[in-house]
Amino acid sequence: MELISLSVLDLSLAACLVVLLAILSWHLQLGLEKTLIIAASRSVIQLTLLGLVLKQLFQQSSLPLIGLISLIMLTVAGYEVMARQGKKFSGWWGMGIGTSSMFLSSFSITLLALFTIINVDPWYTPQYLIPLLGMLLGNTMNGIAVALNNLTSTAHAQKGQIEARLIQGHTWQEAITHIRREALKSGLIPIINSMTTAGIVSLPGMMTGQILAGSPPMEAAKYQLLILFMIAAGTGLGSLAAVWIGSARLFDERQRLRLDRLKTG
Amino acid sequence: MISVKNLHSALFNSVNFEAEQGQCICIYGESGSGKTLLLRAIADLDPNDGSVELDNQPRDSIGANQWRRQVTYLPAESFWWHNSVGEHFESNDTDWSILGLSKQIAEWQVSRLSSGERQRLALLRALDHKPKVLLLDEVTANLDEDNTMKVEALIKSCLQQGLIVIWVSHDKAQRKRIADLTYVIDKSGFHREA
Repeated sequence: MELISLSVLDLSLAACLVVLLAILSWHLQLGLEKTLIIAASRSVIQLTLLGLVLKQLFQQSSLPLIGLISLIMLTVAGYEVMARQGKKFSGWWGMGIGTSSMFLSSFSITLLALFTIINVDPWYTPQYLIPLLGMLLGNTMNGIAVALNNLTSTAHAQKGQIEARLIQGHTWQEAITHIRREALKSGLIPIINSMTTAGIVSLPGMMTGQILAGSPPMEAAKYQLLILFMIAAGTGLGSLAAVWIGSARLFDERQRLRLDRLKTG
Repeated sequence: MISVKNLHSALFNSVNFEAEQGQCICIYGESGSGKTLLLRAIADLDPNDGSVELDNQPRDSIGANQWRRQVTYLPAESFWWHNSVGEHFESNDTDWSILGLSKQIAEWQVSRLSSGERQRLALLRALDHKPKVLLLDEVTANLDEDNTMKVEALIKSCLQQGLIVIWVSHDKAQRKRIADLTYVIDKSGFHREA
């Protein structure tokens, strides 16, 4: 099979669909048209830049440069997690919780895959490291953002129940246990759903891309499985870390519920 | 004995008082004067400064959850985290009838309770782990006269067994019935009723 190259015109046609959606949003007064256009424009700029950067990057293998790019990716993902919170932790914690959880999960799982499963030499070969890390960061970012948002918004809504348990002499862990559990579930359900329907209802994005780009379907399926498992583990680990750090931050050393550590907006 | 010295926070000024075993202290004051915040501070539910001692033991030397088991705050509105009433109780010997509640109430769903039933159950729940100090925040505000009297009778019998009660009540007649000492909280601070 050979790769069919996409022209600017081909992409413009696809972009027209997004414009149509924006018009529909305006017509239905959803108020999403501006956000939609900005998001679509951001994806054009970011992916074009990425294409250019990767092209350069794949031609060489400087560990410091790859490390720097990984850190930039992590920082942006950390910021994105914070931006998606209805109630953010104030101060350094706002960005710190998401970023550290993603660092813990995405980096460790990417390294694990590079060293033990894919076995490339050197291990930081950018053609493998950057796409894997990106895929993991992108997906764990969603899980962590959802789980953390669920944790803080439920804690806020159920302040009375949490304090009723504290009053009754429960420890802070006991008082938040059910909220913590639900928050974790909310972060994990999307990836569980996508594993359940993978290949039946949906053809996963990466596999579709690989097949369109000319890879044999079996190879594409194997890589897709690898990615799915890594994403599931990464999302689980990352959400767990974020929910654990976040819930501890909701209480102080005297086990008081400290919702004043959250700011709205 | 509970001893409160220079207890204050950003939202209320210095509070000092002591209460012996079996004593009932009533507190009243305009809304917004900090009565609820004071009770919450004694139970250590909000950040606060100053010293609180129970039987000469400083609060900070006792774990926060252990402290709240001994110094239990009962808010004006009760909250429940399990589906059925009974799941909220540790002991099996709760006397439901003492507050005029049905013996089967432990099996009931919390969602079917009236606000008055919830309030009375919340009091039984607060007494469930046998605290030494009970901090009551307008607990009879939503109860009819009959049930108010039942609550007062229960509190009186607990006082006789040595419980210390600190009761925020806006009802002057109620304060007269139950208070050993009465304090006012207002802009000038916290002081004995004149």
